[in-house]
Amino acid sequence: MYRDFGTILFLVFMGIVLIYAPLVIQKLLAPNDPNADKLATYECGEESEGSAWVQFNIRFYVVALIFLIFDVEVVFLFPWAVVFNELGLLAFVEMGIFLLILMLGLAYVWRRSDLDWVKYNVKYGRGRYSNLYKKSQTIKGS
Amino acid sequence: MTIDFIINQFTEIIGNFPVAAFLVACASVGGLLFVLMALNAMVAVYVERKVSAFMMDRLGPMGQGPGLHAGKWGILQTFADAIKLLIKEDTIPKSADQILFKVAPFIIFIGAIIGLSALPFSSSIQAVDLNVGVFYIIAAGSIGVIGIVMAGWASNNKWSLYGAMRSAAQIISYEIPAGLSIIVPIMMSGTMNLQNLIEYQSGSIFGIFPNWIMFQNPFAFLAFFIFFISAVAETNRTPFDIPEAESELVAGWMTEYSGFRWAVFFLSEYANMFVVSGLAVAGFMGGWLSPIPGFLNSPVLGLFWFFGKVSFLIFVMMWFRWTFPRLRVDQLMYVCWKVFIPIAMLNIFGVGIWKLIFG
Amino acid sequence: MADIVFWFVAFITVFSAGMVVTSKSLLYSAYSLLFTFLGVTGLYIFLWADFLAVVQVVVYIGGILVLIIFGIMLTNKITSVNISHSSMQKGVGAVVAIGFIASLGYMAISSPWLQAANTEPAETTASIGRLLLMDYLLPFEVASLLLLGALIGATTLSRKDEDG
Repeated sequence: MYRDFGTILFLVFMGIVLIYAPLVIQKLLAPNDPNADKLATYECGEESEGSAWVQFNIRFYVVALIFLIFDVEVVFLFPWAVVFNELGLLAFVEMGIFLLILMLGLAYVWRRSDLDWVKYNVKYGRGRYSNLYKKSQTIKGS
Repeated sequence: MTIDFIINQFTEIIGNFPVAAFLVACASVGGLLFVLMALNAMVAVYVERKVSAFMMDRLGPMGQGPGLHAGKWGILQTFADAIKLLIKEDTIPKSADQILFKVAPFIIFIGAIIGLSALPFSSSIQAVDLNVGVFYIIAAGSIGVIGIVMAGWASNNKWSLYGAMRSAAQIISYEIPAGLSIIVPIMMSGTMNLQNLIEYQSGSIFGIFPNWIMFQNPFAFLAFFIFFISAVAETNRTPFDIPEAESELVAGWMTEYSGFRWAVFFLSEYANMFVVSGLAVAGFMGGWLSPIPGFLNSPVLGLFWFFGKVSFLIFVMMWFRWTFPRLRVDQLMYVCWKVFIPIAMLNIFGVGIWKLIFG
Repeated sequence: MADIVFWFVAFITVFSAGMVVTSKSLLYSAYSLLFTFLGVTGLYIFLWADFLAVVQVVVYIGGILVLIIFGIMLTNKITSVNISHSSMQKGVGAVVAIGFIASLGYMAISSPWLQAANTEPAETTASIGRLLLMDYLLPFEVASLLLLGALIGATTLSRKDEDG
């Protein structure tokens, strides 16, 4: 095991060298003539307006939160899967309970529309938006 | 495995220097993996051009013969690309975060190469043979996410940041269905070691069909399907290439990168395609086993079968690219969280019941 | 050679952990944490715990670190984060940290350690699975309830809408 992971550590260092060497070659071969326009932020030719470092949408954070919970679940599944053949029905029932509890969680976030990328937050739905309006009302009511 | 072989050879020929032997073995294996990565990207880019040309009836890359289009069959185009990338001016935007901008390619590349190192190319050719092989490859894939977010943030470009955040959200989301479905081969074989997993798949069903996990029961086939689609999504390829959708985000998190730094991303992306295809092949399609049970199996031919199967899966990914339109972000999340994850979870129950009944 | 690698890994871990604490920018702290986690992965490998090492990468780097970075992106005006991260209680913090290190060090030196044979275990994952399903079944099932609680709690707290 030490030898295998030692190889991986070595590969990490080798990766650094293998990327660094061509960068040095590039530095030697490639032209280097920077000017203000070249070093400007690329926004399809428009003058860039302000910094990109602004507050980001919260839904990315929510996705990462839900991901983390299910990631831990997957981690628990791996050792279970290895001994599943050996323990048979017992292992199946035990993991069944575990999975069902977490599926309850999935059902909860599904119902509370945390899994929806676009939130149905329609204030006054008329015409072709009436369905969305109804849906947003039922989610709020639940 | 391969490392041991090289160390033994070194000890026999040169003498007993364990540390030197180990370093030489690692360096040669690493060098081979890097060559594989570079060749894989070059060949894949070339093939991708040809496949797209045939599928969309494009004239350019079809290559009308020498002189007209970058050499015969357009082969020289690939080499021209590589040289161009190496001698291109290296620009770093002024407003970018100078340190993180330079560090990001390293992290993405390392994530790709250490994933590649655990693939079983044949029964005797494998850089590192880990007991936790399957899980390790999944873990290696999750290091790249950090690099992507780093690259996107360091660029200080709106396209880059949006692309990086979308990419990260997409990769982590699709890690769940991929993980849930790669559980299935482990359940059936009872091992996470890739070599043992492949050996478990030797033999045949009814004497004719190969005893690959994807053919062993219907749930396993479903698991393969979910795993492969999730793998395509994890590599950010069309139809899941929302993070770098040209028509809305220019080039996503790679917008500000050029020259060799960009080439590193490119290498890593194609290496990741290879890694996920390799994992799918090892987990579901019998790895280096021949498709005809018990026929033409040997360590050398195993190499051929493994690369053949991986190439086929990569071809399917290219096929996807020129067939399906790009998904929308909300559709992407819908497919992952509301279709794949519930199905993959129920699928585990299905495989379990099947295993308990049929053994 | 293993000793040299161990000291190297330990140095990376401690040094990057120091960077996490001392760095002025929140994002730099988060990215330093990447190296701390990788170092801890290395320490797990030195304990022959290959499964836990991979778990460390999947959960901490692939999950928690991404969550932390997304969390930083959520803060108002990331550019001004550069100044908001400096610590105020340096003196008291140093006293607490040194006291903590001293007591831990005393414990490490004075406790009689069991000297197990330094041999590679055959298959760590299977024994973890057996332990989880046989000896530690209750904690295992309670863990799923904990995860459920964390999921509901976290999504409820992060929900932005006013009246829902």
